[in-house]
Amino acid sequence: MSPKTATARNPDKPRDTGEHEELISGSEAIAHACRLADVDVITAYPIRPYDTVMQYVAGMISNGDFDCEYIVAESEHSQFEIVKHASAVGARVFVGSSGVGWFYAFEALAVTAGLRLPMVAMVGNRALDDPGAFGVEHNDALAVRDLGWMLCWVETAQEALDTALIAYRVAEDTRVRLPCAISCDGAFLTHSQAIVKVPSQKMVDSFLPPYDRGDKQLHPDNPITIAPQANEDWLMEMRKQNDMAARRARGVIIEAYEDLNKKFGRGGEPFIERYMMEDAEIALVGMGTLAMPVKVAVRKMRAQGKKVGFVRVRWFRPFPTIELQDALKGVKAVGVIDRDYGFGSGFHSGVLANELRAALYPSKNRPKIASFIAGLGGREVTADNVVEITGLTRDAGNGKLDDQDTIWIGVRE
Amino acid sequence: MVANVETLDDFLKTQVLDPWKGPKKVPAAEYFTSGHRTCQGCESAQLMKLMAKAGGPRSIILGSTGCMYVANTTYYSTPWAVPWMHTQLGSSGSAATGTVAALRAMMRKGKMKKEPINVIAVCGDGGGADMGLSAISAALQHTHYNLLILLYDNESYANTDIQVSGSSPYGANSTFSTPGKVKRIMNKRWKKNTAAMLAAGHPDVRYVSTVCTAYPVDAMNSVRRALTIGGPTFVHSLDPCPKGWDYDPKFSHELGELAVETGIWPLYEVEEGQLRMIGRSKRIVEGQFKRKPVREYLRRQGRFAHFIDEDIEYFQKKIDDMWEKWLIPGVIPFAGKLNP
Repeated sequence: MSPKTATARNPDKPRDTGEHEELISGSEAIAHACRLADVDVITAYPIRPYDTVMQYVAGMISNGDFDCEYIVAESEHSQFEIVKHASAVGARVFVGSSGVGWFYAFEALAVTAGLRLPMVAMVGNRALDDPGAFGVEHNDALAVRDLGWMLCWVETAQEALDTALIAYRVAEDTRVRLPCAISCDGAFLTHSQAIVKVPSQKMVDSFLPPYDRGDKQLHPDNPITIAPQANEDWLMEMRKQNDMAARRARGVIIEAYEDLNKKFGRGGEPFIERYMMEDAEIALVGMGTLAMPVKVAVRKMRAQGKKVGFVRVRWFRPFPTIELQDALKGVKAVGVIDRDYGFGSGFHSGVLANELRAALYPSKNRPKIASFIAGLGGREVTADNVVEITGLTRDAGNGKLDDQDTIWIGVRE
Repeated sequence: MVANVETLDDFLKTQVLDPWKGPKKVPAAEYFTSGHRTCQGCESAQLMKLMAKAGGPRSIILGSTGCMYVANTTYYSTPWAVPWMHTQLGSSGSAATGTVAALRAMMRKGKMKKEPINVIAVCGDGGGADMGLSAISAALQHTHYNLLILLYDNESYANTDIQVSGSSPYGANSTFSTPGKVKRIMNKRWKKNTAAMLAAGHPDVRYVSTVCTAYPVDAMNSVRRALTIGGPTFVHSLDPCPKGWDYDPKFSHELGELAVETGIWPLYEVEEGQLRMIGRSKRIVEGQFKRKPVREYLRRQGRFAHFIDEDIEYFQKKIDDMWEKWLIPGVIPFAGKLNP
């Protein structure tokens, strides 16, 4: 796989007069977002499939389309630590990884959230080793779900670009100051091309203010001490501050989507996407590119008169409890499709299913929830699989299927 | 956004910090002050003080996990009058690299006032010679980044209860390498030759040195040279540690001198590819100073109290080899010739 180098400026379509369309992959879309966000420091380390974004970034820099410090680190740990420190000095940073690479950086991931540094990362979701599969699973990004990282999953290259801009705006907002990871399903999004509207610099500048660390900037003019040793006498207050920041993120994300919709004419609903959910009796729930076969199957079943809809979770942290309670009220049964696993967890479910169970527990007339694991390691989830899942979900709603277990779809016994 | 073609001057500009000729020329201003709780006789704290003085006010210090983090910066108090930030145990190289990258990008793009700022990352022997070695090596490859990695080597993981590190001397008693009735010597590793390894492995690095706080003006001038010469640099300091080495804190200075005088800790600098032995080590090489027996050094410290004569002889032989058999005495161990 060797992506073409970054698109050179086309004199017929001057960048600053309006957005233009390009046929690009999810990775290239994120690279465009980095360029448009005028990112200052980027670090790379190779691992498939996220690494394509860094190949595009390198092309943009070497072709003079993008000015930033670009460092190829000697490990993911260093990759994430380097941008962490650059962020403390006031630089806007971008970084990314996949699978076990993301785990190699785990220490840096934890401290970045603890330090409230607004790092933006792309996770090209990939199965964890061993065995060393290249395909998508969501367990890599999900592993940081309780540490203070904001996490979102995107479906298309367009959404990847737009969400990266939102991520910087929300992460750097003084009310939030938390890192944000944008998950792009490996291969299905990182390597698949689609027509993307690339916004102009003027549009992006009107949406995304510069990053200003203010009195938290590490600089000789501001000789502060960052991250001294704190023990039981202060740590709990600090954790509570992180908690408050994570709570405030919700409102800031809503503001960002409102502004994006106004200025870009797209962006949709923050947190979740509701697909054919009007009068739906059976709702499917999932994240990422899984949406494509699910939407195809939902349309097919709707054509047959079946009242089926789909809710795509766009933001996993902060978890859209209110939106999901609202979207799923009134449905008879919910089928959650996890592209991840939670070995030994409650009901042996994936992570999303158990989060959703918890979110819906306080709801009046809560629906039956059936839980499915599908598409691990990049295995294709077909429209037929989705029809099968829908039937089983209906059975759970009718009491014909045990809703306290998890069913693996499309797996050889 | 127009790409900026950098000139050599853009990335090689550093502060000019001339050497201080004698202790009376050293300014009184301190940038590592009160507010820490390091042990009595802690030579690493002394090194921090000297380093901060040598770098001056326009410096950013990054401190990886270790004594100089835990004992120096307790929340609600800090000894640092210059900006300081904690970094992870293995991240001194990455912290320096990221800090310099941000300064460069922001100054180049007009987001920050242009000026040379010293960036110094400090690490202990655990963080530097063990866990952080690969990140330090990577930092030293960024030849257009002005940064200094300062390794304060107290020869154990001293903040976590004195555990053996790759930089601990042969046989030293530590909580992870206790001498017992059956195994008298548990740490059979010989101390890692970190500074010379980094100098030899990164020939584009313009300055690598070893220092000891027993010679404070030399140590400060070494830091000043490292910050002035341009590009990434590395300074390795041997810091006697009363807690880890088990001696009365009043002997810290004396033990530093003994480490040099016995030949255990050679002082040298590699500047622009040229090796120079310093001070007493130079006199050893030139035959003007006879190395003291290692027994004088070992017997002063509780961590070697279990040594029998045989152990001391072994230690002495290893040190003799360093000075008599190595290609470059005390620095490069390869013996022999390419065309015998």
